[in-house]
Amino acid sequence: MTQLALVIDLNVCVGCHACVTSCKEWNTSGSAGPMTDLNPYGKDPTGTFFNRVQTFEVGEFPNTETVHFPKSCLHCEDPPCVPVCPTGASYKRKEDGIVLVDYDKCIGCKYCSWACPYGVREFDEDQKVMKKCTLCVDRIYDARLPEADRKPACVKACPPGARLFGDIHDPDSVVSRAIREEGGYPLMPEWGTHPSNHYLPRRKTRIRIHEDELVRADNPLRVDRQQPGPSKAEPTMDDFSW
Amino acid sequence: MHPAFSVIFLTTLIGAGQGLFLALFTAQTYAAFDLLPAQTGPGFYGPGSLLALAFLAAGLLASFFHLGRPERAWRAATQWRTSWLSREVIVLPAFMGTVFLYGLAHWLDWRPVLLVLPSGLPVDPTAVLGVAGTVLAFLLFVCTGMVYACLRFLREWHTPLTVINFVLLGGASGFTLAAGLAAVAAPALVPFFAGWAAIITFLGLVGRGASLWRNRRLRPGSTVQSAIGVKHPRIVQRSQGFMGGSFNTREFFHGRTGAWLKGVKWGFLLAAFVVPTLLLGAGTAGGVGGALFVFIVQYAGLIAERWYFFAEANHPQNLYYRSMA
Amino acid sequence: MQRLAPPPHSEDAVLEVKKTTCYMCACRCGIRVHLRDGQVRYIDGNPDHPLNQGVICAKGSSGIMKQYSPARLTRPLRRKAGAERGEGAFEPISWEEAFSVLAERLARIRATDPKKFALFTGRDQMQALTGLFARQFGTPNYAAHGGFCSVNMAAGLIYTIGGSFWEFGGPDLDRAKLFVMIGTAEDHHSNPLKIALSKFKRQGGRFVSINPVRTGYSAIADEWVPIRPGTDGAFLLAVIHEIIDKGLYDREFLVQYSNAGELVNVDEANDEFGMFVRTEVPEEEACYDPQDKLWWDRNTNRPVVTHTPGADPFLLGDFRLHDGTPVKPAFQLLQERVKDYTPEWASQITGIPADTIRRLAHEMGVVARDQRIELPVAWTDAWGREHDTVTGNPVAFHAMRGLAAHSNGFQTIRALGILMSILGTIDRPGGFRHKVPFPRPIPPCARPPNDPRAVRPNTPLDGMPLGWPADPDDLFVDGEGKPVRIDKGFSWEYPLSVHGLMHNAITNAWRGDPYRIDTLLIFMANMAWNSTMNAVEVRKMLNDKDEDGEYRIPFIVVADAFHSEMTAFADLILPDTTYLERHDVMSILDRPISEFDGPVDSVRVPVVPPTGECKPFQDVLIELGSRLKLPAFTTKDGQRKFRDYPDFIVNFETEPGSGIGFLAGWRGKGGEKSMRGEPNPSQWEMYQKHDCVFHYELPKSYQYMRNWNRGYLEWSQRNRITRYAEPIPIHIYSEVLMRFRQAARGKGFSRKPPEHLRKRVETYFDPLPFYYDPLEAELTDRQKYPLAAITQRPMAMYHSWDSQNAWLRQIHAHNYLFVNSHTARVAGIGDGDWIWVESQWGRVRCMARHSEAVEPGTVWTWNAIGKARGAWNLAEDANESRRGFLLNHLISEELHTRDGATVSNSDPVTGQAAWYDVRVRIVKADPGEPEETSPQFPALKPYPGMEVRKGILAYLGRKLGGGGR
Ligand SMILES: Nc1nc2c(c(=O)[nH]1)N[C@H]1C(S)=C(S)[C@@H](COP(=O)(O)OP(=O)(O)OC[C@H]3O[C@@H](n4cnc5c(=O)[nH]c(N)nc54)[C@H](O)[C@@H]3O)O[C@H]1N2
Ligand SMILES: Nc1nc2c(c(=O)[nH]1)N[C@H]1C(S)=C(S)[C@@H](COP(=O)(O)OP(=O)(O)OC[C@H]3O[C@@H](n4cnc5c(=O)[nH]c(N)nc54)[C@H](O)[C@@H]3O)O[C@H]1N2
Ligand code: SF4
Ligand code: SF4
Ligand code: SF4
Ligand code: SF4
Ligand code: SF4
Ligand SMILES: [Mo]
Repeated sequence: MTQLALVIDLNVCVGCHACVTSCKEWNTSGSAGPMTDLNPYGKDPTGTFFNRVQTFEVGEFPNTETVHFPKSCLHCEDPPCVPVCPTGASYKRKEDGIVLVDYDKCIGCKYCSWACPYGVREFDEDQKVMKKCTLCVDRIYDARLPEADRKPACVKACPPGARLFGDIHDPDSVVSRAIREEGGYPLMPEWGTHPSNHYLPRRKTRIRIHEDELVRADNPLRVDRQQPGPSKAEPTMDDFSW
Repeated sequence: MHPAFSVIFLTTLIGAGQGLFLALFTAQTYAAFDLLPAQTGPGFYGPGSLLALAFLAAGLLASFFHLGRPERAWRAATQWRTSWLSREVIVLPAFMGTVFLYGLAHWLDWRPVLLVLPSGLPVDPTAVLGVAGTVLAFLLFVCTGMVYACLRFLREWHTPLTVINFVLLGGASGFTLAAGLAAVAAPALVPFFAGWAAIITFLGLVGRGASLWRNRRLRPGSTVQSAIGVKHPRIVQRSQGFMGGSFNTREFFHGRTGAWLKGVKWGFLLAAFVVPTLLLGAGTAGGVGGALFVFIVQYAGLIAERWYFFAEANHPQNLYYRSMA
Repeated sequence: MQRLAPPPHSEDAVLEVKKTTCYMCACRCGIRVHLRDGQVRYIDGNPDHPLNQGVICAKGSSGIMKQYSPARLTRPLRRKAGAERGEGAFEPISWEEAFSVLAERLARIRATDPKKFALFTGRDQMQALTGLFARQFGTPNYAAHGGFCSVNMAAGLIYTIGGSFWEFGGPDLDRAKLFVMIGTAEDHHSNPLKIALSKFKRQGGRFVSINPVRTGYSAIADEWVPIRPGTDGAFLLAVIHEIIDKGLYDREFLVQYSNAGELVNVDEANDEFGMFVRTEVPEEEACYDPQDKLWWDRNTNRPVVTHTPGADPFLLGDFRLHDGTPVKPAFQLLQERVKDYTPEWASQITGIPADTIRRLAHEMGVVARDQRIELPVAWTDAWGREHDTVTGNPVAFHAMRGLAAHSNGFQTIRALGILMSILGTIDRPGGFRHKVPFPRPIPPCARPPNDPRAVRPNTPLDGMPLGWPADPDDLFVDGEGKPVRIDKGFSWEYPLSVHGLMHNAITNAWRGDPYRIDTLLIFMANMAWNSTMNAVEVRKMLNDKDEDGEYRIPFIVVADAFHSEMTAFADLILPDTTYLERHDVMSILDRPISEFDGPVDSVRVPVVPPTGECKPFQDVLIELGSRLKLPAFTTKDGQRKFRDYPDFIVNFETEPGSGIGFLAGWRGKGGEKSMRGEPNPSQWEMYQKHDCVFHYELPKSYQYMRNWNRGYLEWSQRNRITRYAEPIPIHIYSEVLMRFRQAARGKGFSRKPPEHLRKRVETYFDPLPFYYDPLEAELTDRQKYPLAAITQRPMAMYHSWDSQNAWLRQIHAHNYLFVNSHTARVAGIGDGDWIWVESQWGRVRCMARHSEAVEPGTVWTWNAIGKARGAWNLAEDANESRRGFLLNHLISEELHTRDGATVSNSDPVTGQAAWYDVRVRIVKADPGEPEETSPQFPALKPYPGMEVRKGILAYLGRKLGGGGR
């Protein structure tokens, strides 16, 4: 069975929000649209977005990590948002595990959003239905698109390539490999929702300089007669021992 | 959570309606065992049921205001296999129908004996409908309560106390209401209703107190660490990623200060429990005005209680929406 | 599930995909614009584009909202008679009227005193055309944003290594092992840098970021080194100290490819003190470094001409020529210079622990030396020696405005250039790589005019309005040493102001110092707001009148696409098209998008028709040039030469028959030539067919060591990129700077600075980098103003121009001042509190945000989020104006020196605007004060022709829906 998902590499995410607006842009005129905006030019502009990039500060100055953290629906394997829906508008597709909302059935009771611990469902205040990330289901199967384009809009956009897309049930997929090899983890595992989307942690590259790399045979100062070292005039053991 | 008045009214109004019905049928049952004077004729149970129905209908109406697409509300009845909300949506009208029939039977005084129990107790349609209504009332309480209690991550709600309190608070307001009704239509029943109202209200206080006590001790099931998967004792959100607010900041935050919250808590404890218990105990429900007063105080208290019920619930999603920059 | 299944569009919709080039920022990625029934519906990255390889950023993805923004200007507008500037009261006029008003006025100016017309352009990408127009008009008063942007970066490195970061070159992250990024938030090289950074990290490279703030790119650094603003010079000099001290420099590289071994006259009594000793006088005055200097050969222990076969110079030591002249190799002087710049010393200044400085220096040195790269690429150097391989030391740097935007930035960046050079990382794999047309001679050949007589009525300017002075005689001053340019560019105050000083143009013109002007044309710059320092006062100057009731700047023309703060001060507004509506070229004559492997230029083609009466500004210039009969735009018999801009691009040649035009691709009659060739009538179509880019890949052997790569240098000369094919040695020691210092000391034959500037020139024109506190810091009581205040670019906003973008403004609708949590707590300021930020120059009320990711002595905010009320067609209560603020109100465009003189708040060498020097203090606002940022300005109203803004936006799958709800 297939379970499509995103894997987000926090190690290279620079927090650029490209995934935020490219998602908005694709979906606003795609089949999940519109993505209504209220007060777009007024006070407190607000609108429907399927994906947000947040920033966290970890630690205290100067040992601070700034973590950019993109988040959209995690397409849980055991999605608590689905069974609670009274209309069946929220559902999980058998064929690929994508969790979707059928706008034509949704009554806008918002109950599913209460049941999602991750805060990724967005109620469209104009259309009055619940919306969320569709994993770009209208791109990834669209045979009219070139093969290379059959990817979620956010994945295509992401400049550092921090967003991987694929089937986490296929052990050979890029996403499975990344999860396995880079220590991918799910969010809030405590609720047993088994999010399909995973995150790859920060990794650090350090360089260790050994003393002997600093006392060098190839020190160019020697060429210029400036090799640091004791002067010939100083006393040595040679003067004393035999 | 952001307390939505549609839901506050829905749950408090139908709770009172359910309670009132239970009060009515309890009285009828007591009467059947001759523990209370029987109320014959359309004068009491008929209007009583109507009143209960009015509360239920008002609650139902309020619930529509919660829906983005009320015209599709019927769809909500389809997922009874998995959704407590769907179940509630089915049980509520079923219960309302039963209450209606129950009231009608009383109103028409249609009480042919259908069978006689071995104990010699005659069973008429009002009794059958009453039992059915009682079952549905409790079912409805369970459904309503479970709508909230089933949400694992809303730990303040995820407890049997939620269902128990829905029963107790609905019952308390219903019995108080019944006392008022009795003050108008059946003064003899006032002490009975008022007495039970006082007892249930007191139990409600215990139940709600227990849940407050429990919730105060709750440790959040999720932390910012588990929310973003970074293990470090000191993590703060700098930016939630947008500034003008979103559904996630509107739906899950009450936006009030801690002092306000505290005020509401003490307010509802007084208004919904302490004052009614004292007043009921002091016999204030004897007169129509008094009874009405008690009900209004208690109902206002329950609105505050329900408001607090939502505000108190701390959704784990809030970990993601704490700072803008 | 009917809604979510493909197809998303109605059957009869007309779908089109058009390729062009993004311009939501200056990075210039390739995009595909997907149109449905002629409407822009989706914009994604062009996978076949060399720059962005299919990716796109937050701004680029929001192009739709720019295209359909209600803040767009759609008609030419004239200030209403009787209305004041700044009020924003305009009436629509026809283009014909606009042109005739303008042409008449400009013709009059040109016939009398052309310098009374000033043309300044902001964040544009068409300086080749605007510069040409200014020159043809005959005015020297032309500059683009460079002076207030990053001229220090350009000049500091170009005067050192013949190329720079920014659009001119960059770090080779494909091969680097250690990458040190300094003072960069979100560069012009936005997407390519992000792509490269992540590849680099995934390859296991180590990424160190030196920045007072940790956000954006710095967030993913392996190590963050918080530094006090303005002190990087100290850090870099200490690193150089340590690298020389430990012998970790690349001696061989320095010997062959820099002037490190060249002998400097150190006889203080001599007129030639501080100059290289030469064997002969060069036969021609040319803009290259002749090979006539001396080494002290180790083998023979005597002076020899540099690069004498078999010779190897001492880099250290002191020597005497046979005539007794004491000389030292330049490197010796560098060693002496950095002797006292120890890590401990730098630690006091920068706030970085000495151990960290030392460790970083060791990392750089050891990685450079021990992880050497060798590529099997044979090449020939400028001296004819064959090399079988190209080698490289895999330490790469990148730096931007964190270094540039300080008044000590030029010397700091010189230090960086020298550090990169002693590590041996210039145009080598894994290090810094040039991009064509760089490297260029040090300095490049273009010179500004050097005589006021270069400006004459009805005559083109005699020289380029901007250029590269090589000595004091290249300054653009009059007989008394006074500036000729309105911005005082190329004067003794800012001799190497190679990009002008746009930030002083308005103040100088208002004051009439050096003179008054008549007409100011501002294109694509928001000079009443974010690209001006001291915005409050500058707005008053724009509006100020003489006693006779005339405006002090009599006529202001603004060419803009949006309802910016600046447009309100215009007498005439020319509505420009958007990037999706016009032709543009990213010209090889300007700043092309070249890659390390060769020149790349690109174009923009219209994908939708212009909105309303919008007209491409390029067409406006061609029209004006034709009406004014400027030679470049007119045939010999006085006829108009070019129909419009596309026609101009195809047919313009720098000189008749030169074969050099704005575009390098598909030249020649049938498009068979590149770089040079006759005009090709189908050039646009050919660009269009090729993703709007022309990418010329150099042979591998020309791709490295280009300063000294004979093959490359000759290729570059053949293609008329450079005049000479001479090697371009790195200037460890800058004789160019020394020439100015000499002049200030009264030595040499060149012009001398006026008395009051002698000291200044002598001090700052040090041929070796040195550290000094930023000028403003020096002049500020630091007890009173203990904090440095800086800005950063947010990745999802471009300067001021994205607040009209409905999507982007949801990400940044207002801004906070970020304060280190500890600093804030000490000041009694809570997270989110309203505070006052005060500098010597002004005060701003805003909200504070605690942060652990900022150096404790620094406060910062996102740049240009705050807006004037009502501007950009935002509602009057929009967050941008009520809760957003501009740091510019705290920054002065001028400083008053201790001796009472007024100078620009700029680098004394280049005139670079010192945005990041300002010192501030913060205090909590009174609880009774309004919860609103201060200062506030009277609300701007929409102009005629602007769309009514909608209350709800929803595309509804077909058409931009919604109404004024
Ligand atoms: N405090 C502080 N101030 C700064 C800086 C800083 O770091 N801190 N940075 C400085 C730097 S580096 C720069 S480059 C400047 C940038 O400053 P500006 O060059 O002033 O840039 P923008 O604010 O983007 O304004 C450019 C104008 O171009 C207009 N525009 C946008 N698209 C088009 C178009 O297609 N055609 C035309 N004709 N106009 C268009 C916009 O409406 C806007 O009015 O800001 C400087 N100001
Ligand atoms: N998204 C987006 N991209 C842009 C722009 C934009 O407006 N938005 N503008 C474009 C333009 S015109 C330009 S010029 C470039 C500029 O690109 P950058 O140079 O990256 O621009 P700034 O935001 O000025 O970044 C300055 C960085 O230097 C740091 N800094 C400040 N002072 C010091 C210091 O003394 N030492 C060190 N080490 N660091 C310091 C700041 O914290 C900040 O991170 O960006 C271009 N790209
Ligand atoms: S993340 Fe939330 S909305 Fe998405 S599947 Fe899981 S529970 Fe449902
Ligand atoms: S809002 Fe829509 S999708 Fe969510 S639970 Fe209600 S009906 Fe289902
Ligand atoms: S997968 Fe598609 S819908 Fe989901 S966040 Fe990415 S772009 Fe948006
Ligand atoms: S587009 Fe990529 S790098 Fe940018 S915020 Fe999203 S995940 Fe991070
Ligand atoms: S980086 Fe600049 S040019 Fe590239 S897509 Fe983003 S806005 Fe457009
Ligand atoms: Mo800039």
